[in-house]
Amino acid sequence: MVDSKQQWKAWLYLSPAIVLLLVFTVWPIINTVRISLLEGYNSMGASGGDVFNFGFQNFVDVVQYQRFLTCLQNTVLLCVLTVPLSTILALLIAVALNSIRPLQRTLQTIFFLPYVTNSIAIGMVFAAMFNIIGLRPAAGTMMADTWGIINNVITFFGGQPVNWINQGSDYWANMAVMVIYIVWNALPFKILILLGGLQSINKQYYDAARVDGTPRRRVLTKITVPLLSPMLAYVVITGFMGGFKEYSSIVGIFGEKMGPAGAHGSLNTMVGYIYDNIGNQEGRASAAALILFGIILVVTMINLQVSKKRVHY
Amino acid sequence: MANNDNMNVMRDRDLRKVTSSARVGGVFAKIGTYTFLIIMALIVLFPFYWMIISSLKSLDEYRMNVPTFFPQKIMWYNYVEAFNTANLGRLFMNTVFVGVVSTVLSLIITVLSAFAFARLEFKGRELMFGALLATMMIPGELFTITNYATVSEFTKIPALSWMGTNTFGVLIVPFLVSVFYIYLLRQNFLQIPNELYLAAKVDGCGDLKYLWKVMIPLAKPTLISITILKMMGAWNSYIWPRLVANDEAYQLITNGLRNAFTATTGDVNYPLQMAAVAIVSAPLFMVFIFLRKYIMAGVSRSGIKG
Amino acid sequence: MKVVLQNLTKVFPSRNKKVNEEVVAVNDFTFTIPDGKLIGLLGPSGCGKSTTLYMISGLQKPTGGQIFFGDDDVTDLPTENRGVGLVFQNYALYPHMTVKQNILFPLQNLKGADKMSKDEMLERAYYAARLVQIEDLMDRKPGEMSGGQQQRVAIARALVKMPRVLLLDEPLSNLDARLRLQTREEIRRIQRETGITTIFVTHDQEEAMSISDMIVVMKLGVVQQIGAPQEVYDNPLNLFVAKFLGTPPINVFDGKVAGGKLYIGEEAVLDVAGVEDQEVFVGIRPEGFVLDDNGPMSCKLSSVEVMGRDVSIVSENAASANPVVRSIINADNKIDYSRENVQFSLKPHKVFLFNKETEERIYFEVK
Repeated sequence: MVDSKQQWKAWLYLSPAIVLLLVFTVWPIINTVRISLLEGYNSMGASGGDVFNFGFQNFVDVVQYQRFLTCLQNTVLLCVLTVPLSTILALLIAVALNSIRPLQRTLQTIFFLPYVTNSIAIGMVFAAMFNIIGLRPAAGTMMADTWGIINNVITFFGGQPVNWINQGSDYWANMAVMVIYIVWNALPFKILILLGGLQSINKQYYDAARVDGTPRRRVLTKITVPLLSPMLAYVVITGFMGGFKEYSSIVGIFGEKMGPAGAHGSLNTMVGYIYDNIGNQEGRASAAALILFGIILVVTMINLQVSKKRVHY
Repeated sequence: MANNDNMNVMRDRDLRKVTSSARVGGVFAKIGTYTFLIIMALIVLFPFYWMIISSLKSLDEYRMNVPTFFPQKIMWYNYVEAFNTANLGRLFMNTVFVGVVSTVLSLIITVLSAFAFARLEFKGRELMFGALLATMMIPGELFTITNYATVSEFTKIPALSWMGTNTFGVLIVPFLVSVFYIYLLRQNFLQIPNELYLAAKVDGCGDLKYLWKVMIPLAKPTLISITILKMMGAWNSYIWPRLVANDEAYQLITNGLRNAFTATTGDVNYPLQMAAVAIVSAPLFMVFIFLRKYIMAGVSRSGIKG
Repeated sequence: MKVVLQNLTKVFPSRNKKVNEEVVAVNDFTFTIPDGKLIGLLGPSGCGKSTTLYMISGLQKPTGGQIFFGDDDVTDLPTENRGVGLVFQNYALYPHMTVKQNILFPLQNLKGADKMSKDEMLERAYYAARLVQIEDLMDRKPGEMSGGQQQRVAIARALVKMPRVLLLDEPLSNLDARLRLQTREEIRRIQRETGITTIFVTHDQEEAMSISDMIVVMKLGVVQQIGAPQEVYDNPLNLFVAKFLGTPPINVFDGKVAGGKLYIGEEAVLDVAGVEDQEVFVGIRPEGFVLDDNGPMSCKLSSVEVMGRDVSIVSENAASANPVVRSIINADNKIDYSRENVQFSLKPHKVFLFNKETEERIYFEVK
């Protein structure tokens, strides 16, 4: 039985949320699908009264467009490199943190620090650490005013300085910097979740393993990881979801040009591509957004399938 | 017993030898664990350290071929200059205003909706809640395309122009409803026994009074988490403000920072940039230091990634 | 394997650094557990019985004293090298492994000379599974089994490496009443079959009495009495032990001894030769009462509960420390329910006297 007074009260309470959602969520979903199917749609033309044909041309254009493919490649590469790396590192740190008593709280707080940062601001710090200032050829070799602290460390250990992010830098060097930054940024969340998971594992399993003389590595692989598998799956899935939307960390390091000087756009991502097309080629932007949605959906489904088989209980 | 010789394995071991080697192994493992953690902690901390010492160096010192790990002469003036260069005062005010207003409004909307979903019975409740959850799957970028067009339209309509481009409205209104926070709070509300609500009704306590006196106090940790995350969101938001508020009067801190220092590579005045970055990061750290418990609990409870 | 505990002591440091509130969990425990016996550690919660068990397992380190397995001093030996099997109170079966994987797990940890081939391990695992009768469940996961089945798996996992000592922490507390009876017989049988020295902890005196070769009664970290169950029951050393053992529990009265006679209230109920005149606690087992119209002790009849073979008479006595006096007599006795009072005479060997201050036993000569 539904009380009619409760009915209208409920709708009253929900009304602000509903209005806002209709305008800023539901309508965009419909509209994005609509304009993605209007060939060559752009807002300028639309307000000028242009009429667009219905069809899939936007999708065809997008996937044939070299710049989009670069963005796709960058996005996938960043995901594939950073998600496993940050997950494994976070797991090791969480397990290590969970096994110590003194300093545990302090270290836990330190590892959480990158979470409370602004990814653009700290990206600028990373850029400073990798940047070379005043690079010039001199007597058959290269000279610079400042090689950047990272290169200083590398040369201190006898290595060769690397042009990480400056003009003329190698794509893979750029990628390495991005991976390092993204992993650094992704660690705190993963450590927090995994440590929470570890702390909720019943201590008796470890006592039981000790009684049976289980070697440390076996405890990790046979007990800890399986018991932590729901958390691991969660961290991996959210990692991929976030990874496919990578954007601002690149802006932080390379600026809005999305690449080192002389190679603008070489590190652009899917989200970057979408934003670049807002205000001029909305049809393509919408098509790209739907493709992004599709990819995230598929990857999430695959992840869920895999974890259904691998996640225990 | 079938194979008695085999069964006695445990009894014949050289116990003393095992003892000492296990002991040594344990100590090594402890040392290894701490070494690993401390090295990782130093790596995590290094960018912050580098930011601070760089921000206090003179440009000449920063450009020295051999880096110094502590400024020879501490240049506090960098901070003043950075503050003025990036017009950080204005940006601070804007961001705090947007953050506070959107947090307050968002909390009100979230509490009312969560209450309706958790406690009131109405037709289509489950269906609607399911539909809301489904929208969480969709990346926000998909909404942005249309929302940009929508707010551009608002600019032209006098009654709605307060939400048009280059207003505070446009920075606040589109993000007031977070399905995720509604979900989180509803779960929290559901844990409060319904008998309390019925008892309050019997005592003649109205819905809103009940919400205010009973449910909100009980859901306080969640509400605090939402507040913190919402404020952090305003502080860190970059993409949407860049699209719709390029007028300096409405710019938010992250955009202002990025715009004031467009070049990140090449010949850059890093001490100034790092000082600006440090100023922008400081409030977040302050909040973290004072509310560490709530932030960490909130993040692990809600399981959201920044 | 004989297990020797010598002056075993465990002190937990106080949590609060400012206030010194050390907790002595186990105090100066000395005892030799003979090889191949089943020993029950018995006491109310907080008496140190679990701590003792964990010290024997090596999961907790004693603060004083020594532990020997046979002639080896294992006090400082880490758990993993002691070769003990431990069954946890809530079993601690790995939820992500099947029964078979759970049982195989300890064997797969063996190193060096102890290392076994896959076939050997399987053979051993099935042997252990047969011992506890779970061969049919080998491919299930713990979540898919009843409490009793999980309990058996836990025992199989502890037994599979043929431990030198088997330790069970409250093995029956998570089972329902029917399973509890069945499982305790099972534990007895398995222990007999394997001949492994077994120590188990329980707060349930009936459980301990029914299957143990010996019981150790503990209170607040101090051992009160050690002995065969019947011996401890028949001859408690102090009031605590007398009260702790037996269902229904012993009846306690305030009494006094004067001129070789024991008085409860005004009535001289028993001759107790050789005891000095003093106030005492009197403990009388429920089966120590004999219905006797000429008996010296009178109680106010409250109710009679017929339990088939026996009859339980509930009555009141002003000197009783408990609200009611419960006596158990043979059902052949004819009882007139309408009576106001009942008269009892007492069986002298079921009556124990205890010092009013120390609560230690006072012995008297039975004529």
